[in-house]
Amino acid sequence: MAINDQNIKDLNAIRKLIKQHKKNDSIFAGVGLFVIATLAVALLVLFLDLVIDGYPKMNLDFFSNFPSRKAEGAGILSAWVGSSLVLIVTFFVAVPMGVAAGIYLEEYAKKGWFADLIEINVANLAGVPSIIYGLLALGLFVYEFGLGQSILTAGLTLSLLMLPIVIVSTREAIRAIPVHIREAAYAVGATKWQVTLHHVLQYAMGGVLTGIIIGMARAIGETAPVITIGALTFIAFLPPSPVTDVVPFINFAWLDAGFTVLPIQMFNWISRPEHAFHINAAATGAVIIILTLLMNGIAIKLRYNIRKKIKW
Amino acid sequence: MVSTLKKTVLATLATSAFTSSVLAVDIIAIDGSSTVYPITEAVAEEFQKETGIKVTVGVSGTGGGFKKFCRGETVISDASRPIKDKEAKACSEAGISFIEIPVAFDALTVVVNKGNDWAKEMSPAELKKMWGPDAQGKIKNWNQIREGFPNQPLKLYGPGADSGTFDYFTEAIIEKSKSIRGDFTASEDDNVLVQGVAGDKGGIGYFGLAYYVENKDKLDAVKIKNKEGKFIEPSIETVMDGSYNPLSRPLFIYLNAAKAAFDPKVKKFVEFYLKNAGKLSKEVGYVPFSKAEYDAINAHYKSLKTGTAFKDGPAIGLSVKEILDKATD
Repeated sequence: MAINDQNIKDLNAIRKLIKQHKKNDSIFAGVGLFVIATLAVALLVLFLDLVIDGYPKMNLDFFSNFPSRKAEGAGILSAWVGSSLVLIVTFFVAVPMGVAAGIYLEEYAKKGWFADLIEINVANLAGVPSIIYGLLALGLFVYEFGLGQSILTAGLTLSLLMLPIVIVSTREAIRAIPVHIREAAYAVGATKWQVTLHHVLQYAMGGVLTGIIIGMARAIGETAPVITIGALTFIAFLPPSPVTDVVPFINFAWLDAGFTVLPIQMFNWISRPEHAFHINAAATGAVIIILTLLMNGIAIKLRYNIRKKIKW
Repeated sequence: MVSTLKKTVLATLATSAFTSSVLAVDIIAIDGSSTVYPITEAVAEEFQKETGIKVTVGVSGTGGGFKKFCRGETVISDASRPIKDKEAKACSEAGISFIEIPVAFDALTVVVNKGNDWAKEMSPAELKKMWGPDAQGKIKNWNQIREGFPNQPLKLYGPGADSGTFDYFTEAIIEKSKSIRGDFTASEDDNVLVQGVAGDKGGIGYFGLAYYVENKDKLDAVKIKNKEGKFIEPSIETVMDGSYNPLSRPLFIYLNAAKAAFDPKVKKFVEFYLKNAGKLSKEVGYVPFSKAEYDAINAHYKSLKTGTAFKDGPAIGLSVKEILDKATD
């Protein structure tokens, strides 16, 4: 009888404990939800504010006009073309280098002080303020290499900014691949390169893509490094077209051209006295946010498709 | 929607390919002050429309602009203050001589809150008392400025130390360049200053006339006592007739003398600039010179007289004629 009483007492204590823990659980869930909701609402309010302010300018003319002293006629043609071309360069530099570096570090590099040194440096680079990259690029690309204040310079600068993000996400994605996949490939006689190319890279592609697009989304909003290397504010003509009507149908003269980007136009317009320019700035801000959201959306969709195809 | 967008993109690509094959790639590169930018932008826009010659304008600030100019990267530099001795030296070491061209006036405007019914008129001495380095930590209330001003906390708003507006204000009011009290709210964005003063009954600030004109419904301009002892309100008329002093300042462009003399495109651009500076500077919120003054500037440019009128440091209240006459290497 006494023993039973004791048992029941224990049981009650345990129940009480469980109840307490469940309560803690729901408190944490509540706090988490509150934090996320606050952030989401803040972003949404900012975004809606930009869209509402910029709505009058959201038309095709805004995208097909050059900058102008007249706010009504001013547009972002040279800015979005500039931003796009710079991002193309960034993509073609940062992605091959970043993915290759990630694969090397994860698959080939011998673990040791050298690998540690590289790892620490990559992690540090990801946290360096972007203006530092701008100053580095001004000294190195613009003057040392003589690339000038060109689209190429801007693309290279932003690819430096993006590189650590791509490297880190590539490594994370590779680490997430189960060991037995590799072992199975080795067991049927694949070489290391074949394992990497046919299996590791294929399965890691979802994570790698996410890293690439997050990096690109960061690059599109960068102002400081692009101003530092000498991006223009007023430019009312486009760079030479990358596609031509003579063989071989592409040319690279545009790499050498002067340019402007979306955030610079926004920065210029927001500091003007006339209110009409502030509307242009809001519209440009909304365009940048929409582009970023679009890129993130594409990343999520691609990752989803790739993961669906993989069956382990 | 998608197809029209595609068409627009293709059309722009096609036109860009077309124009780039017709025109030489020679581009007139301009950089420098953000204050002068709206004027140069307006001129560049019209010039390019009329002649098809390509012009680009960057905004690196007056100092950053001179760095590029003296490296030969730009042919024209926008400047909201005269070139400094150090900068002129860098230019001459690089073998670049320049022509100093004033293009328009900017009127520094002292503004107060709409609810401020006491400080309608002020003298430079009172402004100095308010903004001088000696005021730091001591002058905190309007009633310390003048007998009869109410007991109202004084809140100061002004441009940051990188700004040419700041340089000129300190030279004109404190009579020593860059000397000012440290405890005021500084911002490089004049719209922030507008909001600061508009939301603060005891607020006072200063910036270019254009920012006041656009925000007349939120702010009041203070009449400033001039050399002749009259209190004058800043406006296009009072700046043009010279009665609004000492706070109206000239804005400049600096020309690469060799290019301005021999490059036909640059020549054409400068001539276009001087012909239209009056109309266009007014349009973007600045104060034009008189017709006679622009004629004198044009003659100065044609004579290719190099150098600056400010060799001995900053000077306040020079007329256009004095600036042109004093220019020396």
